[in-house]
Amino acid sequence: MDDAPIRRNIQTTGETAVAPVARAAPMSGDLENSTLLEKLRAGDDEAFEQFVRQHSGRALATARRLLRDDAAAADCVQEAFLAASQNIGGFEGRSSLATWLNRITINQALMHLRRHKAKKEIPLDPLLPQFDDNQCRIEPALHVVRTVEDIIADAQLKDMITKGIEQLPDEYRVVLLLRDIEEMTTREVASTLEISEGAVKTRLHRARSALKKILEPLWLEYGP
Amino acid sequence: MTAPQRPRPARKRALHKFIPGLINCVQFEEFMVNYFEGTLPPARRMSFNAHLKVCRECRDYLAAYKQTIELGKAAFENRDGPLPDDVPEDLVQAILAARNTPG
Ligand SMILES: [Zn+2]
Repeated sequence: MDDAPIRRNIQTTGETAVAPVARAAPMSGDLENSTLLEKLRAGDDEAFEQFVRQHSGRALATARRLLRDDAAAADCVQEAFLAASQNIGGFEGRSSLATWLNRITINQALMHLRRHKAKKEIPLDPLLPQFDDNQCRIEPALHVVRTVEDIIADAQLKDMITKGIEQLPDEYRVVLLLRDIEEMTTREVASTLEISEGAVKTRLHRARSALKKILEPLWLEYGP
Repeated sequence: MTAPQRPRPARKRALHKFIPGLINCVQFEEFMVNYFEGTLPPARRMSFNAHLKVCRECRDYLAAYKQTIELGKAAFENRDGPLPDDVPEDLVQAILAARNTPG
């Protein structure tokens, strides 16, 4: 299959026409969902388009977070919808369609990450907690005085946070995204990544510690 | 206004002598994983909290660590919203076309 037509710069697309059906989509009522599901299983084109319009936004956001590359994320979303279309018969309804599609997107993105090793990763060790010879933590005085809302409202600071996460090495970044952002359980992350639950916990803790170190200026500048 | 204080290991070591069972910062660090998973056994949670009372470094660290988790979540919010404006129509069309392409 020629994948050239789907390689495009998403950022330059700007305002796009969105069909009313996507706008009108309610937060998935059960009845509406089951009707959509029946039609999807029957291979209905309109239902598939509705499915794409309803869920491509979240799928694209998930793929972008994991891949840090808009073009690759678009490819990934396309692959995810094709996989969903082919495997809709296997969807058992134990989760919502949205969750199911998101998992497929995550798996597609992880496959992409395995194929393409990241280029610019910072070493994690210098960002991990430091202890002295007496096993005492070495930590500057930190003052958590601003609320999360205040910090996030500052575009520059918000950028520092997302960039901070992006800098983390893949094996840690992915665990942080899946656990803290996608809100998967430790067990789900372990089975998705085919690593032990212990490894998930350790990587998550290291990822959070490293991110905390990256964000340290947030708490340093407000002295007592 | 005082300069940030250096750790005072000597005082902390003295505390360890008088309060047996008090964990040190390295052990505190090891407990953190299960503390956040909610799987720290009660006895260890007591040691964890006791350490926080006597250790400024771990208190500051934990507070910043907790806010880090919340900040990460908040920076990527709106993930469950409806179709955002930035899903390009040509991506939607590419998906629809690809589905109808055999192979
Ligand atoms: Zn400590």
